[in-house]
Amino acid sequence: MSATTLGRVGRSAPIVGRVGRAARRRRYFTEAAALAFGVVVVLWTLLPLYNMVMVALESHGDVFTDYIWPPHPSFASFWIVVSQGYWYLEYFWHQFGNSLYVGVAVTGLTLAIASLASFSIGRMRIRYGWLVSNAALLTYVIPASFLAIPFYRIMQDYGLANNLWSVILAEVTFATPYGIFIFSQYGRSIPIELDESARIDGASPLQIYFHIYLPMMAPALVAVGTYALLLAWNEYLYQFLLLSSKRSMTVPVALAQFLNSDEAPWNYMMATAIVYALPPLVIYYAFRGRMTAGLTMGGVKG
Amino acid sequence: MASASAIGFPASSAARRVTPWRYMQGGLKGSEYTWALAFLVPYVAVFVAFVIYPAGYGLWLGSSPDLYTELFSDPIYQSTVVNTLLFIGIAVNVKMFCALLMSGFFMRRGWWVKWLLMIYVLPWAVPALPTFISIHWMLNGEWGLVNNAIYQLFNMDGPSWLNSRWLALGSAIYSHIWKWMPFWTVILLAGRMAIPQELYDAAKVDGASGWRQFVHINFPLLANLYLICTLLSTIFTLGDFNSVFFVSGGGPANSTHVLATLGIRDAFDLAKPRLGVAAVMSALPLMIPVVIVLMRKLKTAEVQL
Repeated sequence: MSATTLGRVGRSAPIVGRVGRAARRRRYFTEAAALAFGVVVVLWTLLPLYNMVMVALESHGDVFTDYIWPPHPSFASFWIVVSQGYWYLEYFWHQFGNSLYVGVAVTGLTLAIASLASFSIGRMRIRYGWLVSNAALLTYVIPASFLAIPFYRIMQDYGLANNLWSVILAEVTFATPYGIFIFSQYGRSIPIELDESARIDGASPLQIYFHIYLPMMAPALVAVGTYALLLAWNEYLYQFLLLSSKRSMTVPVALAQFLNSDEAPWNYMMATAIVYALPPLVIYYAFRGRMTAGLTMGGVKG
Repeated sequence: MASASAIGFPASSAARRVTPWRYMQGGLKGSEYTWALAFLVPYVAVFVAFVIYPAGYGLWLGSSPDLYTELFSDPIYQSTVVNTLLFIGIAVNVKMFCALLMSGFFMRRGWWVKWLLMIYVLPWAVPALPTFISIHWMLNGEWGLVNNAIYQLFNMDGPSWLNSRWLALGSAIYSHIWKWMPFWTVILLAGRMAIPQELYDAAKVDGASGWRQFVHINFPLLANLYLICTLLSTIFTLGDFNSVFFVSGGGPANSTHVLATLGIRDAFDLAKPRLGVAAVMSALPLMIPVVIVLMRKLKTAEVQL
């Protein structure tokens, strides 16, 4: 069908002009429609974020407003947050450090535990390894919030109440299955002959793990590491349940503390929220390519 | 045990002759087997200490039948079940279908589409908690941004979003969709990009229109991914605590709870952990079939990096 149209167009020049113009007009029209749709998408996406910035820029803590842009925007509340100039924020940098500590520990432990397990299952092919990978898969598809109540109790039994390590262990539990899943899938693309020839040359499993497996898995390690870091940084429920004192809190728990008060200065709170949201944004955009690739089959638990 | 090993390794004549200990080792030599076991120990320890133990403890906490009579006679629980079903039914399907459409949109060429994608993924890249609190304020009936905008544009008062059950539940669903749609869009977009360009070229030569392309190329190739994503999203949505807790807070008058928030409320606000566990466990009949299908699908799935 398109061949016949082409033939007809080829024969007479005036038609070419008219058809071309119509096609061009249609192209402009669809492009304009797409642009209009794009504007709607931007509005939809930015509305809550705009509200966040707007409240943070209020010069006084009053959100009982009737405008859609503050008349006197100011960065004062950001300065209050950074200098810990309000009693809700007196441990802000300490809490920020806690969040960072949790994030780094979760990332390191997740990478180590998941890569060791998937090396044993996928490369050394230990018998009954499939049982372990099924257990990991099952953990991945259980909603984390459903285990929160017994988790709270057992952390008391383990003597880890109000300890950052309780949060770290909880988040490692929920990040590792994703790591094992991604590592064993990705590991299939690395030829097993590499391991076998190293083995014939007398390399120990530990040497194969460090010198062959880990370097070959670098892309997967970056993807899972970013995932674990963001999970630990963004998670709220477990941190809220397991951490209670001001000095052991992480930023999201401290942030939610504002909500307990009726007259808390909301502009300080939103400024804190923005400072808290910046690191994951930077990490996300830095590792975007790897993340999206790693997420093709995975998922981030909310 | 015997049947399990038969699935793992078809019983060979060699396997029958060796001792059980040699059999356990598979093809690995003595020290190698020790290493392989040692590599597995950390994860098994985590799994036993932080999955088996809490799950078993939870099952034990929620094992008394009396709990369920107490639970089912609670009117808050009854409305919570309705809310949970609505939340999952609407949020998952709307989100996934819009994500499918959006992923098609982002296949367009052009510099601004790339920039739009960078902005579009923001809700997912920003932590959930601050944005949900922001939505909570934005929807305040008296001084929220949305009603202020409605007043300035149309000179009329908007509804008080969080003071009626259905509007508040709708607001929570909106927040969930807003937060998670970009994520699924990115995944479906990756799925679309994996479709070889030659297929589209061949379809174009045959004169297939956009719609026929979708029916004959995109749909068959994306159907499996779409199904996996929908099931995975069903589970994640079932466990979504944040979007309800921070946007509607379960209010007004506990009418917008879902199972995830009701469990936490019963366990910690009412100090009845057994009742909270029972509320969560009542989701198992819905969860187990989804989990079984999902595990089968995920095991055969491919990952591209």
